[in-house]
This record gives sequence, C-alpha cells and structure tokens, in this order.
Amino acid sequence: MSFFKSAPVHFFSDKGKETSPLRRIRNHLLTGLCITLSVATMIPLLSIVILVVRNGLPLLNGQLFTQLPPPPGIEGGGIGNALVGSFLMVGISLLLAVPVGILAAVYINEYSPASRLSAWVRFVAKLLTGIPSIICGVFAFAVVVMTTHRFSSLAGGFALAILILPTILLTSEQALLGVPHAYREASIGLGATPFQTIRNIVFPEAMPAIMTGVMLAVARAAGETAPVLFTALFSQNWIHSLMEPSASLSVLIYNFASLPHAHHIRLAWAASLVLVTLVTLTNVLAQILFAPKHRP
Amino acid sequence: MVPRRRDYRPRPDLFRACCWCAASLTLLLLALILAEILCKAWPAISRFGAGFVTGLQWSPNREVFGVLPVLVGTAASSLLALLFALPLGLAVAVFLSEDFLPFPVRQTLRFVVELLAAIPSVVYGLWGIFVVVPIVQHYGALLSAKMGFLPLFSGPVYGNSLLTASLVLALMVLPTITSISRSALVAVPATLREGAYALGATRWEAILGVILPTASPGVVASTILAFGRAMGETMAVAMLIGNSQRLSWSVLSPSNTLSALLANQFAEADGIQVSALMYAAVLLVILTLCVNVAGEVVLRRTQQSVAGLK
Repeated sequence: MSFFKSAPVHFFSDKGKETSPLRRIRNHLLTGLCITLSVATMIPLLSIVILVVRNGLPLLNGQLFTQLPPPPGIEGGGIGNALVGSFLMVGISLLLAVPVGILAAVYINEYSPASRLSAWVRFVAKLLTGIPSIICGVFAFAVVVMTTHRFSSLAGGFALAILILPTILLTSEQALLGVPHAYREASIGLGATPFQTIRNIVFPEAMPAIMTGVMLAVARAAGETAPVLFTALFSQNWIHSLMEPSASLSVLIYNFASLPHAHHIRLAWAASLVLVTLVTLTNVLAQILFAPKHRP
Repeated sequence: MVPRRRDYRPRPDLFRACCWCAASLTLLLLALILAEILCKAWPAISRFGAGFVTGLQWSPNREVFGVLPVLVGTAASSLLALLFALPLGLAVAVFLSEDFLPFPVRQTLRFVVELLAAIPSVVYGLWGIFVVVPIVQHYGALLSAKMGFLPLFSGPVYGNSLLTASLVLALMVLPTITSISRSALVAVPATLREGAYALGATRWEAILGVILPTASPGVVASTILAFGRAMGETMAVAMLIGNSQRLSWSVLSPSNTLSALLANQFAEADGIQVSALMYAAVLLVILTLCVNVAGEVVLRRTQQSVAGLK
C-alpha cells in the first residue's frame, strides 16, 4: 500500500506505544472507501460522455448544421435552425445583461464599495443566482409574452438575460477586486477623474477576468432549457424575425427525446453532442484564453 | 498678483449615474420578479386561496387546482437526491482536500466534477431516459418483489418515477456539495490537524474527530444550497419523474415537482390555468428563496467562525 501516502502517525514511536492494528486497519479501510466512492462518481459522467459521443457522432456532418429538422417519420435533415436560434438568443441575452452587469459591478466596487446599496446589490445578486432558471422563464412570460401576445426569440433572450445577469455582475466584481489599489491611487494622484481612472486603468486590467465571466455566462445560457421552453417555444422553420417563435438546441433535445421516432432521437443525441461540445469548449476557453497574467 | 483660482466645481459624473442605475436595476430585479409573478397569480390566489396549497386535485378542465401532491413530490425528490448525493459528495470533498493520491490525480477528479456541473440539464434528462430509466425498471421490479411489503416499494413499478428523478438529481447537485464542502475542509487551519496528529490520532481519527466537525457548518451550508438547487432543477426532472399529480408512498411510482409542472403545462395553458401556474411559481420562488437565504447565512457564519480559529 505504499502507493497511498500514510499519515505521519507518530514521529517518536516506542515499542508498545504504536498505533494498534485495529486502528490502522480502520484507517486503511476508510481510505479505501473514500477513494472508491470518489472514483464511483466518475462512472456516470463517463457514461454520459460515451453515450453522447457514440450516439451523436454518426450524424455529425455538414447536413446536420445546415438543414431543418425533418417531419416526423422521415430520415435526414439537421438542426440548423436550432443552432441559429440558440446563438441568436444567447446574443440577445448578452446585449441586455452584459452592460447592466458590468456597470453595476463598477458601481459596487469602484464608486461606493462600502455603501448600504452596494451591500444589498451583492446580497440580491447572490440570491438571484439561486433562483430556479424556470422562474426566469415565468418572469419573461409575464413581461414579454403576455404583453406582446406571442412567443418570440426576444422573450427567450430576455429570460436568458435575467438568468446570466447575476453571474456577470458577481464575476465582474471579482475581476475589479483583483486590480491592485495602488493603480487607482496613482491614477487619481496624477489628476485623472474617476471615470478616466476606470476607463484607462481599471478596465484594461480587469478585462481578461471580466471576459472569463462573460464566457462562463454564455456557456450557462446556451445550455439552459427551462427559460426558453415557453418563451421562445419551438419552430420547425428558419428564423425570420425576432418576434416569432424560435427553435433552440436545448428545447430541440427536450422535444425530440420524447418522440417515438428513432431518427428524431438520434437527432436529439447529435444536438446533445453539439451542445456539450460548445459548452465545454467555452468553459475551457474561458479558463485558458483569459487566465490571469503574472504581474511583475 | 497671484491669479485667483477659478472655483472648482466637479462636473456631474454621468458615468457614475449610469452605474448607479445599473446597480439599482439589479437590486429592483428581485422585487420586480416577485411583484410581476404575484400580480399575474392574483386571480388564482384570490379564487383558490390556501386551498390551492392543500388541494389534492389538479385538473385544468374542471378548473380545480391543488398542488399538495406536487409540493410533496418536490420535497421528496430533493431529499432523496440529497440522501444519495451527500455521502458521495462528502467523500469526494475529503478526497480532494487530503493527499491520498498524487496531486495530478486529484486535479483530474476536480476537473471531472466541474464538468458534471457544466453538462446541460436536458442532456442529463436524455441520458436518464436511456440509461437510468431501464436500470430503475429492472432493479425496481426486483425491489418490489422482495421488499414490496414496505410502502416505499409497493405497487406497480414505473421507469419514470420519483427514484429515477432523484438519482439524476443527485448527480446534478453533487458538484455543489463537493465544491462548497471542499473549501470548508481546506479552510480548516493546519494547526488543528497537526495537533490531532501530535496526540497520536491516525489520519481518519483526525478527519472524523477534528477536521470534519470543524468544517461541519460549511458542509451543512453546502447541503442546504444543494437542496435549493435540487428543488429548482427543472428539465431533467420534467423528463424523468413521470408527471403524475397523485400522492403515493412508493418511490417507484411517478410523481411531480413544482418546476416540472411549470415546464410541462405553461406553453399550452390559458385563462385561469396560467394564473394557477403563476401561483405555483410564487410558491417555488418563496421556497427556494427561504432555503437559499438560510444557506447563505450559514455559509457566512462558517467563514467567520473559521476565520476566528486562525
């Protein structure tokens, strides 16, 4: 068992004062149990990855990305409109949430970090991250769908914006916190206004970390189904305007998974492969591309 | 003559005003969400009142709405999920914070757990339909044959059941438990561990007797937050739980949760049913908010108490 490092049980062992065999066996048993349970958690993940790749790969070709889903019972086709719809709605959500999130982060970290308003904003943002994603959908349904009387990709984008706003705010705040205070003092000392300091000194320094937060938000928004399920609904056709129902990858998976047609289920697996790849790539890219640089 | 300095008057900072607006908007958002949903739920709230919470029937055709079975399903699926996820999550957290295996191995496992968190909910649902449902059907039949005298395993066996949804939910909340518990374990001062070793404790005597008890508020917080997450989780549950508004003791029979109910019925609802669903959404928001506030409070206490040990 030399592979497992054993704890430094005793440094000055005398004979007869050693750890009793029973305690030692119990120690090793618990170590074994802990490692077994930890490794066991890998099995479901492996199973998911293997199934998604094995079932999705056969359909992965150019046709998948450029064609519409086929009618029930017919082979061929692709998930083109869902891919476009997902990108569109994530784009809308970014347009809405990124400015608000970053500006709010600037306020609570740069302008008045110790104020009561900032403390409340931090607390509410924390709570908002814990709100079920479907509530974002319900809110968008009440605000957008019920006032415009139609399901639309705009409503879906709005729902996703509510979902990612707190994430962007909190990661941007962390990013701003990472900028050394001396930089700000030097800038103010040279006569810069607060706005000039933020624009020329703080933002360039914090940008990589802020971008990481935005990328993580993109990955989160792309994978979510509940907020767009009854706001953007679904569509069999290409998207023509923001005010009509739109397909998305995640809703396509949900809808096709329960259909009794083998080919549609294969399309659902292929869409899962595309979605998981996109989400994982975004996550990994966010960590690598914008990794914090070493400061001298 | 020294030239007189002009009076310095700072210009109004427009950018600051914009930032203030953004911050206030975020602050208002929670209130806005609550107000809007409450407002849309009002027709149902005034019509059904508390009977909505205690009612056993949900039939839109007869305009009878009661969510007691759904509330029970929400609580049962989340608690069952925690029951499965807590031992596994704790084991992984201990594994990640101890040095049983070399650093690269632990780093790999940490990466794997983070991947678990990144997989979209629908993909869990799809995987559940084709992997977990058959497993539950097979072993559920065995369970019900051998242990059918227990109400938990009685009655007919369904693949889309409370048990299936809870198993998949457990996987989905595992990363929450692991990451928060791990940071609580890592935050335990090294002096406590050294003290335990100096007194002759074995590694596991130190873990179980000193380190875990010290980190226990963090573990509790992680469990509460995972409970909140499990209650709000929608898609995988909607695909696996069977969507039946009937009270049953058996974990092998279909059930429903608040979020799955919303997901399944919102798109086709109209009239008073929309209002009733909004009422259900109000209940969901209130429940998750309470759980999350409790979790955050415990977490904050933990950080303070651990900081005091240093």
